[in-house]
Amino acid sequence: MKNLRPSVPPHPVPPPPCGPVARKGSSMRLPTLSTLAAGLLILLGSSAFADPPAKPPSAKAEEPAIQEGIQVPKPPFSEGIFPCTSCHDGKSQKPDPRRRELTGMHGDIVLEHGPASRWCLDCHDTNNRDSLHLASGEKIPFTASYQLCGQCHGDKYRDWRVGVHGKRTGNWNGAKQYLLCVNCHNPHSPRFKALKPMAPPARPEQIQARKGGAR
Amino acid sequence: MTTDQKLSNPPESCGGSGCGTRREFLGAATAAMATALTGCGTLSKEEFLQRNFKELSKQEVLDVIARLEKEYKAKFGKEVKVANTQPIPGVIFGYALDLSRCIGCRRCVHACVKENNQSRDPEIQWIRVLQMDKEEGVNVQHADAYYNPEEVPQEGHFYMPVQCQQCKKPPCTKVCPVGATWRDKDGIVVVDYNWCIGCRYCMAACPYGARHFNWGEPHLPADQLNPNTHYLGNRPRPKGVVEKCTFCIQRTRNGQYPACAEICPTGSRKFGNLLDKDSEIRYVLENKRVFKFKEDLNTQPNFFYFYGV
Ligand code: SF4
Repeated sequence: MKNLRPSVPPHPVPPPPCGPVARKGSSMRLPTLSTLAAGLLILLGSSAFADPPAKPPSAKAEEPAIQEGIQVPKPPFSEGIFPCTSCHDGKSQKPDPRRRELTGMHGDIVLEHGPASRWCLDCHDTNNRDSLHLASGEKIPFTASYQLCGQCHGDKYRDWRVGVHGKRTGNWNGAKQYLLCVNCHNPHSPRFKALKPMAPPARPEQIQARKGGAR
Repeated sequence: MTTDQKLSNPPESCGGSGCGTRREFLGAATAAMATALTGCGTLSKEEFLQRNFKELSKQEVLDVIARLEKEYKAKFGKEVKVANTQPIPGVIFGYALDLSRCIGCRRCVHACVKENNQSRDPEIQWIRVLQMDKEEGVNVQHADAYYNPEEVPQEGHFYMPVQCQQCKKPPCTKVCPVGATWRDKDGIVVVDYNWCIGCRYCMAACPYGARHFNWGEPHLPADQLNPNTHYLGNRPRPKGVVEKCTFCIQRTRNGQYPACAEICPTGSRKFGNLLDKDSEIRYVLENKRVFKFKEDLNTQPNFFYFYGV
């Protein structure tokens, strides 16, 4: 059995439910029409979106994942870096849209994510640094960064939404905690980092030596 | 009778007559001999006379559990809860492991030891991660369980964790001479440690090396004891019995994911109800390339391997 890891699936994967991710114990999939309507509302960035969890309206607008029934944690910002507008306020720091090597601030960020074809402002929004933007120009909050990733990595996005790509914790038949793409993949250098393996099992002969012979 | 019905009532499920053998055998022995067999110097009369777990009445089960909780408290100096949570109707557990993502970090192995109260010295591990050669594919002739480099994954290798495959046709329960191990209704293969005589036939029968024997008195420091246990799962074991992965029966029958799935940093481990068509596990089985380990043996595992890419 060779060729264990082809880079493409041998047959296309049917699309997952495109509404709220169906969960046992929670309400079932919405009919297509209302799903579309919900999607449209999200697209319009409507803050008047119906009444999911008891959250203040601003929080609702911030967390589209929750509206879709996916529970995601906060994005893993480096210490003290957010909100970006505390420096990039558009006044003291005028946005410079020219593509260039960063030398001062953010020089520590090494872009290993298709660096030839991409740079900061392809994902970070030029005029509102507290947002990201999709290829369409639509602004999205950092908590919805999975939408941005999903533009290119559609197959992974699809698997993530049904709970197959990435880690889930919680209950197999109830509430699940998802992770954002960026909790495991640094967006600037997305390859999953190598780890030190934990201790191997003891060899049978090691056990005998420790116990002074087999029992 | 469908295959599944047959399997949920395996022939070794001890209708009563077959179990006399062990009773007669032990009955002829002295209490001292029983002590030697179980390695437990303080074997109580109640424990010695306890019948097969599946034959006990509700009240007897409660008595057994109360006795065990008392014994564990005396031994470890803290409260230990021994549950007897029953299978959830309409649930058969399935597990799928993504071979294209596992990096062989062994976080699952050690989370399992912690959760399930295995002996720490010598350490018994229910999960064995095999490092395999990409050139060779899934070939146990080219597997190494003792790899220990600075970093994983290693170039040219992939990793295949193996644990109990919770077979639909488990050879291990078939060979048990006393009916101390069986497949429960949710597909979990369990062991009654109080009934196991330690003959290790099941270990010889299991093609996955999933069963482990307590050769010595298990060494489990009280501060490392997980007090949340199940009678058929992670309660502290005596010397001289066989133990195995139960899909964390104490967690999964309460709706939680198994400990190995919770810890895996790569999200390679997928778990759920095979009978629920909206579950993650069903999505994997229906949409990914899936295989069963040693499928040719017809053990029919409910544990699957797949390629998520
Ligand atoms: S924790 Fe996950 S990645 Fe690590 S060895 Fe276990 S299955 Fe593989």
